[in-house]
Amino acid sequence: MAQVKFNEERCKGCELCTSVCPKKILKMANRYNSKGYQPAEIIDQSQCTGCASCARMCPDVVIEVYR
Amino acid sequence: MEKVFGRPEALQDRVYSYCPGCTHGIVHRLVAEVIDELHVREQTIAVAPVGCAVTAYNVFNCDCQQASHGRAPAVATGIKRVLPDKVVFTYQGDGDLASIGTAEIVHAANRGEKFTVIFINNAIYGMTGGQMAPTTLPGQKTTTSPYGRDVATTGYPIKMTEMLNTLEAPLFLARVSVHDPKNVNLAKQAIRKAFDAQIQGKGFAMVEVLSTCPTNWGMTPIEALKWVETDMIPTFPLGIVRDLKEGA
Repeated sequence: MAQVKFNEERCKGCELCTSVCPKKILKMANRYNSKGYQPAEIIDQSQCTGCASCARMCPDVVIEVYR
Repeated sequence: MEKVFGRPEALQDRVYSYCPGCTHGIVHRLVAEVIDELHVREQTIAVAPVGCAVTAYNVFNCDCQQASHGRAPAVATGIKRVLPDKVVFTYQGDGDLASIGTAEIVHAANRGEKFTVIFINNAIYGMTGGQMAPTTLPGQKTTTSPYGRDVATTGYPIKMTEMLNTLEAPLFLARVSVHDPKNVNLAKQAIRKAFDAQIQGKGFAMVEVLSTCPTNWGMTPIEALKWVETDMIPTFPLGIVRDLKEGA
């Protein structure tokens, strides 16, 4: 059981997290934050292993990982 | 559930000034994680460069001094000699360290000054608008080499890590990359060793980090990571080129 939390206001929409997720369960949301970026989000929390690859690649410390 | 990954204490809780997907943010975080792990945040003094990282004092949650362009190693020399108990590091880009600051870095390394250098190599000038840097690859298009870098008139990429490896004094020299999670972990290990070398009072350490500049390379952030792997690493091979911790 693992969980990732996105601080969407800090996300700049670079998509690096989505490119390294081994489960391919991250995508860009269909909404915008106040800076005009589409933030990343998780589409299936139950599949998350908490490997933190996404968080390691995030240049803006958007992602917190719990497990 | 326990939090296993989050913002290190040595990073300020704010929006950083970098473009989307710029890997400066990853390297800042790795340095901050190492500072936290070594429990030295209260003793650490960062020296910021001129370049995109000029506002590193708005990123690192420790004492910081901003230096003139390329002069961070000279400023760090002064700080470390006056305050030898402090942990001092410079954070410099290639336009700063490998161009206008070449003299300062070479002589600080040659004197074996006991501070740590984090050298960001993204093969271009970022902040000033994507001009050719000493580290620009042959044939690479920049705003000042619109037909690609011509080695006949502008020479070849300077390999700073290998150049400093010709000197006697440096203790630890490595080149790492942050283009995938595995290499991010390896980069952190190298940065940890570079800080260890200083804290044990042994000598000069530099980690060169291959980094991306999606904005000035004209690529998406994901394409930029691939370009590091396919184009930069063949020119700038990764690895620890010197680690004199044991013995010397």
